[in-house]
Amino acid sequence: MAKTDAGSLESMSTASVDWRKVSPYLFILPAVLVMAAGLLYPVIEAFYLAFYDWDIGQDFEDAPNVGFRHFSRMLADPDVWESISVTLRFGFWTITIEMILGVALALLLEKPIRGASIFRTIFILPLMVSPVVVGLIWRYLYDARIGWINYYLSFLGFEYQVWLGDADLAFFAIVFTDIWQWTPFIFIIVIAGLQALPSEVIEASRIDGANWWQQIFLVKLPMIRSILLIALLMRLIDVFRGMEVMYIMTGGGPGRATELLSLHIYNRAFDAQQLGYASAISVLLILIVFALSFAILVMGNPMKDKSDV
Amino acid sequence: MSKRRARSPDAPGGSFLAGKRLHNPWHQAAHYLALIVLAAICLAPIWVMIATSFKNDVIVQSAEPLWFFFLPTLDNYEYILTRGKFDRYLVNSIIVGAVSTFLTLLFGGMCAYALARTEFKGRRLVANSTLLIRMVPPAVLAVPAFFMVTTFSLKNDLVVLIFFYTALNLPFAIWLLFGFYKQIPVELEEAAIIDGASPLQVFTRVLLPLMKSGYAVAGIFAFRIAWNEFILALLLTGRRSRTLPVAAAGFITDTGVEWGRIMAMGTLIVIPPLLFTFFAARQIIQGMTAGAVKG
Repeated sequence: MAKTDAGSLESMSTASVDWRKVSPYLFILPAVLVMAAGLLYPVIEAFYLAFYDWDIGQDFEDAPNVGFRHFSRMLADPDVWESISVTLRFGFWTITIEMILGVALALLLEKPIRGASIFRTIFILPLMVSPVVVGLIWRYLYDARIGWINYYLSFLGFEYQVWLGDADLAFFAIVFTDIWQWTPFIFIIVIAGLQALPSEVIEASRIDGANWWQQIFLVKLPMIRSILLIALLMRLIDVFRGMEVMYIMTGGGPGRATELLSLHIYNRAFDAQQLGYASAISVLLILIVFALSFAILVMGNPMKDKSDV
Repeated sequence: MSKRRARSPDAPGGSFLAGKRLHNPWHQAAHYLALIVLAAICLAPIWVMIATSFKNDVIVQSAEPLWFFFLPTLDNYEYILTRGKFDRYLVNSIIVGAVSTFLTLLFGGMCAYALARTEFKGRRLVANSTLLIRMVPPAVLAVPAFFMVTTFSLKNDLVVLIFFYTALNLPFAIWLLFGFYKQIPVELEEAAIIDGASPLQVFTRVLLPLMKSGYAVAGIFAFRIAWNEFILALLLTGRRSRTLPVAAAGFITDTGVEWGRIMAMGTLIVIPPLLFTFFAARQIIQGMTAGAVKG
């Protein structure tokens, strides 16, 4: 066995000297091919399609090339700006509240206690539930006639509301749903960060006379600031990527009150059936998301300090 | 990463935790109370779904929230399991989830190994572009994917979904597995080779046992994405290739809103992710925090 192995190694090195140089490429080839065809090519395709006025049902050969007209139309399109504004407002409220709640809860509950693993298991449940199911559950809870939220609020003297039929209430509803689902994410990440802090530093600050507030704001939070920033950027990217929950709960309505940018692109493409114009808007989305991803990459390339990548 | 694991918050009796435990019983009680309230908030909507799935339509329409005490019925489950094509959608979801997860782990593992162990021209490019492309929004993929599917008339073919889910999952898997491979000392492999192990033996006997938890984390995340994904599935599947989330959403538009049946469907969809959570919570948290907390 050992003999034949040695023999084959020998013959390999004489037959092809470059074998050691080639094999890494063979190892990365399948993954690179799939990602190139499934992620990179569609992105390039989106750029390409943006130059054509192509509608659903029309042969692509018949679609006229309109040059940059879709892009200039996009920049002047109030609907596009409206959906960007909805996305930014949604991101602002959800991320602000999730960060404050998640960090506050993590600081309060950071001390290890018995049974912590059970609670941690429960806290990640909202993150594991399919977005479609999250949308269905909350659409039921917000239902104007049989929803539980109206029922309980009526005890507090509130009138029955058509939650998902009113622009402001629907926006509030999707913000609240997002907070329910994603606050645990911030909570868990911040807890992990806090518990990874060297205890000597906290101890030293305590000995130096720092009180509880000073420990938090002068020692703990500054030490986990890169974690906080990366968590924030990851949530921001998710806000630009997400659309399933709103698709199920409101479809983007009423009007465009809950139509995030991703959902706007989807509705443009498959509801208004303007595939070419939707591609132009998705180029905008790609640029935004890549800029944010690039920020994460520069800040905390996770491969950086593990190697020379 | 190794540091974090060694200091894992649940490590029993670690010196790091000593002296930090709460001593004041009132503080401890308040701590538990807060955790219980938070857990209840996380669980309540999920429980509402499960409870509603066992209610008949009369109870649902009566609009009185009944959390626990009502006459349970299996009618909703019987309906979706026998009248619809649930079995077909379930099989579709399982095939798509299992095959795309397997391919993600196979290709991703190979790529991560090469990135972690060898030096070659273009390595930096592959590593960095993998990280950059990881966040491509599904909405951006939607139109080009639709274009590809109509051009090659591949609707009703599960291969398309498997392909796109593998592509979507690969960057995260590569990046995660890269970190795990980096932790394994090269000397272990070299020793095995000197002992006469074949490359396959080195992988199955030396690397795989050490990489088990890495592959478990990557596999759970890949399967979760494939199992839950909705937008591409909605666009790229036909009547025969539909997956469960698409079928569940279909209940809302096709037949009016039949909450009992929708919730039964939702409950069935949620079972695999719930099982993962209960059996591998630690690994899931490890995967989630890997992005933000550097070891």
